[in-house]
Amino acid sequence: MGVLNEEVVDLHVSTVRELNSALHKAHDGEHWRVTNPGGAHNVAVGIDSEIDVVIDGHVGYFAAGMHQKGTVTIEGSAGTGLAENMMSGRVHVKGNASQSAGATAHGGLLVIDGTTGARCGISMKGVDIVVGGNVGHMSAFMAQAGRLVICGDAGDSLGDSIYETRIYLKGQARSLGSDCIEKPMREEHLAELAELLAAAGRTESPSEFRRYGSARTLYHFHSENSSAY
Amino acid sequence: MTDRALRESATFDRATIRGIQRAAETGIYHIRGAGAKRALPHFDDLLFLGASMSRYPLEGYRERCDTDVTLGARHASKPIHLDIPITIAGMSFGALSANAKEALGRGASAVGTSTTTGDGGMTPEERGHSKTLVYQYLPSRYGMNPDAIRAADAIEIVLGQGAKPGGGGMLLGQKVTERVAGMRTLPVGIDQRSAARHPDWTGPDDLTIKIAELRELTDWEKPIFVKIGASRPYYDTQLAVKAGADVVVLDGMQGGTAATQDVFIEHVGIPTLAAIPPAVEALQGLGVHREVQLIVSGGIRTGADVAKALALGADAVSIGTAALIALGDNAPELEDEYQKLGSSAGFYDDWQAGRDPAGITTQDPELSARLDPIEGGRRLANYLRVLTLEAQTIARACGKSHVLNLEPEDLVALTIESAAMARVPLAGTSWIPGAGL
Repeated sequence: MGVLNEEVVDLHVSTVRELNSALHKAHDGEHWRVTNPGGAHNVAVGIDSEIDVVIDGHVGYFAAGMHQKGTVTIEGSAGTGLAENMMSGRVHVKGNASQSAGATAHGGLLVIDGTTGARCGISMKGVDIVVGGNVGHMSAFMAQAGRLVICGDAGDSLGDSIYETRIYLKGQARSLGSDCIEKPMREEHLAELAELLAAAGRTESPSEFRRYGSARTLYHFHSENSSAY
Repeated sequence: MTDRALRESATFDRATIRGIQRAAETGIYHIRGAGAKRALPHFDDLLFLGASMSRYPLEGYRERCDTDVTLGARHASKPIHLDIPITIAGMSFGALSANAKEALGRGASAVGTSTTTGDGGMTPEERGHSKTLVYQYLPSRYGMNPDAIRAADAIEIVLGQGAKPGGGGMLLGQKVTERVAGMRTLPVGIDQRSAARHPDWTGPDDLTIKIAELRELTDWEKPIFVKIGASRPYYDTQLAVKAGADVVVLDGMQGGTAATQDVFIEHVGIPTLAAIPPAVEALQGLGVHREVQLIVSGGIRTGADVAKALALGADAVSIGTAALIALGDNAPELEDEYQKLGSSAGFYDDWQAGRDPAGITTQDPELSARLDPIEGGRRLANYLRVLTLEAQTIARACGKSHVLNLEPEDLVALTIESAAMARVPLAGTSWIPGAGL
């Protein structure tokens, strides 16, 4: 389990405030382990260095929120707003994630081995998200940039009002949202999907996926489109 | 002409008729800038009583009347100290030119007060020229970068705006230039929509956790404001306090916007005057009045407005529209250009269109270059000084050694409506309509 020179913070003993304060002062290359997270909110928020953090259990809202540079691995499930607005680095959840996973995130790689709730990748702005299972309704709502890879199925209104995010879906979408359409899978898409799957440690083949994106019909407001809103 | 007995309909007046014609011609609702234009009960409907036999005034030019205010000491280890209780409201780079944002920073800093970012993130111009800068945390999270939050002096979580409580934002394509689009991670030239709801939390219980997250990010250093559009100020203020806000920002329906449907601006939300007493009542009921500060905005124009808002219980006010006017918006020297745009000085509200001849609400490089940020900053600083001097004049006349010592007891109302809303007596009576109900 342990890594040499690993710092351990037990959330039965320490507070989230003490944990985050210590992580904010950590130095590049350090290894940290958080034990007994007990579903606490705001665990590992605001990391801004090349550190490696492993969380032994479930976490609540906004785990690894606004994450930069380092790596966070959650050996459990995560609540609402996982890695919201992450900028860079990597966040990996071994279990499931609740709603709004990766919301508005600008960069980095978010991997969820399990399934997510509603609004996964809402307003994403450049992050790459790979979900091993399903995503809930309104995922990639108003998604602006980055890639969302879904190895399972998607709920209602996938990609509603989507901008330039590319969605790769292996299973079925219950429905597509306004302005979201299936698009052809070209060589460059197969290549970037292969990279994303490999980076997330997935074994699916890119050829099993379909691509979705914006029809770009709602980019300018016209009252003739009012039925789309 | 005088014999024709022309009678304009009160229901179908000329503006209404023109609105119907415009809708029929274009097929789209009217989008414009600024706030509510209709007549509303406002600060003009209140008067100060001034000192008399039972109250001693302060000497106007000898005795101090302080104006400083501290914001955010409830939970933040680094609260904000302002020299004057008048701040600059959140306005985005995108809606405004970079020169306008710089001018706002220069003007505010010159008199020791704060400016606020808007949708689209923080620009180096505004950070560099703003001594105290509040970072708006909006539903769209355009340009939202934790580094910007760390670089700010306070964080303002925006739930709503007085011009459009319950509405998101829009930035029409003509203002979405390469730089604006880049900051917001969007294609150049599209009509950019801003969400009305935050993407990762819903309701007051979630807000509690969101505030805690922002505190964790900033190691509990920075004050956290919660901005609400005035609709249910009593409950919204209570819930904001419960969620952990250090400061509540309350924006009434006269508050401006860069671009919103006219029907939204004129028909949603409540006037600033009506919003303050319920918010103050909520703070007092929770025992946190003055501990959690209340900043009021929406139609602040004069030092009298500032003094009246403070007397009703606000800790500070915020200005947006008035600040733009101070920079040069609607200047009469530009009349010829306003005419070419189908408007006139004193009426111009097409802030959404990006063709502002004053160089303020535009991203056009040539138009933007017309606004000298140094001169704009000087004008804004002048205006802020006048507001402060005016508020001090009134406070001294009421015998107050600090503008924050003004109180409802110093006020009376001119109309039954304003008496009921402001909860002060109708002038010459002891009647407060609705009191004791």
